[in-house]
Amino acid sequence: MKQYMLSVYHEDGGPELSSEAMAASVRDVDALNQEMDAAGVWVFAGGLHNDSTASVLRVKDGAVVTTDGPYLETKERIGGFWVIKADDLDAARAWARKATVACAAPIEVRPFHDEPEA
Amino acid sequence: MRPVSDPEIERVFREEFGRAVAVLVRSFGDIDIAEEAVQEAFTVAVQRWPETGLPPSPAGWIITTARHRAIDRLRSDAARADRYAKAALMQSENYPIDDGPVRDERLRLIFTCCHPALASEVQVALTLRLLGGLSTPEIARAFIVPEATMAQRIVRAKHKIRDAGIPYRVPPSSELADRLSSVLAVVYFIFNEGYVASAGESLDRSDLAAEAIRLGRILVELMPDEPEALGLLALMLLIHSRQPARTTSGGELVLIADQDRTIWDRSLITEGQSIVRLCLRRNLPGPYQIQAAINAAHSDARNVAETDWNQILQLYDQLLALTPTPVVALNRAVALAELRGAAVALAEVDTLELRDYHLFHAVRADLLSRVGRNEDARDAYAAAIARTANTAERRFLEQARNALPA
Repeated sequence: MKQYMLSVYHEDGGPELSSEAMAASVRDVDALNQEMDAAGVWVFAGGLHNDSTASVLRVKDGAVVTTDGPYLETKERIGGFWVIKADDLDAARAWARKATVACAAPIEVRPFHDEPEA
Repeated sequence: MRPVSDPEIERVFREEFGRAVAVLVRSFGDIDIAEEAVQEAFTVAVQRWPETGLPPSPAGWIITTARHRAIDRLRSDAARADRYAKAALMQSENYPIDDGPVRDERLRLIFTCCHPALASEVQVALTLRLLGGLSTPEIARAFIVPEATMAQRIVRAKHKIRDAGIPYRVPPSSELADRLSSVLAVVYFIFNEGYVASAGESLDRSDLAAEAIRLGRILVELMPDEPEALGLLALMLLIHSRQPARTTSGGELVLIADQDRTIWDRSLITEGQSIVRLCLRRNLPGPYQIQAAINAAHSDARNVAETDWNQILQLYDQLLALTPTPVVALNRAVALAELRGAAVALAEVDTLELRDYHLFHAVRADLLSRVGRNEDARDAYAAAIARTANTAERRFLEQARNALPA
C-alpha cells in the first residue's frame, strides 16, 4: 500500500477564522482523525506552530550551522500534515477532500517513495 | 495470400493502438512498458504482414506480440534487480490472459489520461498520445510547442501517474459525472484547437478536429448511455459539416450567414441531427446536447433567412440556465440581435465581463456598426484585433473594420 502526505497550507494575511469557526474546525479534524484511524489508513498527523518558531540547520564550510527560520520566506506555509496509507491517488484524494473541508484550507497530496515490501 | 499495403497497416495502427496500449497498461500496470511494447509489436507487423498477410485478428496479434515482447524485456530487467520490472512482471502474472475477443480497456485509460491531478494541457497531450496514437512530434506541432518541451511534459505525466498512484479505473458513480465532464472537455478542446488554431497562420488544423471526432466516437461506443457523450459527438459533427464552407480558397474566414450552404457536408449533418433527435427522445439535456441542438437548428436552414432564431434563442436560454457563463450570454446575444434588434443585444453585451476575450469585442463591434455607432465599432474592432493571435481571424476583423463607413 502506498503512503501519502496531506499537507495543510495556510496563507499569511488570509481570512482569520472566527473563534466559533476555529472550534468547529478543531472538532472536525478530531473526527476526521478518528475516522482515518477506524479505517486503518492513519499513520501520523500533527499541527505545527507558526513558522516564526522554525530553525534551519545546514552544512557550511564543513561545519553545521543553525540559523533562524523558516527556510522558505513565502506567504504560504505548512500548518500541519497527515501521513496516510491508501491504495491509490483517488483513495488518498477522498481523504484529502474531507481534510480540506475540515481544515478550511488547501491540502497538497504527495506520494512517498514506495517502501520495499517487508 | 493477399499482400498488406502500408495504408492498411496505418489504418490498423490508428484503430488498434489505443486499445492495445490500454490492454497492456492493465496487464503490466505501467504506461511506458505498454507503449513501448505496442510500438515494437507494430514495428514487427510492418516487417511481417506484407509477407504473411493480415492476421485474422490484427488487434489480438498486436496485443499478444506486445505482451511477449514486454515479458522478455521485463525478465531481463528483473534479472538486474529492477524493482519496476519485478512489480510489472508480478502484476502480469496475476492478470488473466483471455484468448477470447480483445477486451476493451480504453475507458479506464481515458479516465487516467484525463485525471484531475494532471494539468489540462497534459490531459490533452496524453489522450492524443495514448488513445489517439499520435507521435510526440505530431502533438508538439499541433500545439506549437517545441518537441523537447512536449516530450518532457509527457514523460513527467507518465511518471506522475506511476509515482502518485493515479489509478486505471472508471470512477465510481458518485464521481462519474464530474470526471466524465473533464474527459468530454479534453476532447472538445482538441476539436476546437483543430477548428480554430488559437495561434498561428492557418485557421484550421482539421486533422486535430478529425482526431477529436474519432475520440468522440470511441467515447460513445464505450459509454452508449451517456447523453452528454452523444451530445458532444453530435456537436462536433455538426460544426465540422460546415468546414468546406467556412474559408474561401484564399483562406479567408466566411461567417455562417455568408457561407455557401450547398457545400456543407450533408452526411455529417444527417448523422449529427439524428443523434440530436435521439438525445431529445432521451430527454436528459446537458450543455453539449443543447449546443448540438443549436447547431442542428442552423443546419436545418437552407439559407440564413430561414434560420429559426426563436428556437435558437430558447435553446440559449436553456443553456444559460445550465451554464451561466458570460461566453454563453455573449452567444445568446447574437441570436437575440436577430430577433429583437442590435440595440437590445448591445445592451446585454455591455453588461458582460469579457474584456479579455477577442470575440466579445468582435460581437460588440458588429452590433455597434448595426446601430450606426461606427466610431465605437472601429474601436471595438481594434480591441478584438489586438486580442487574437490567429492570422485568418485577424484578417477577417481588419476587413470588417475597413468596411465601416467613414
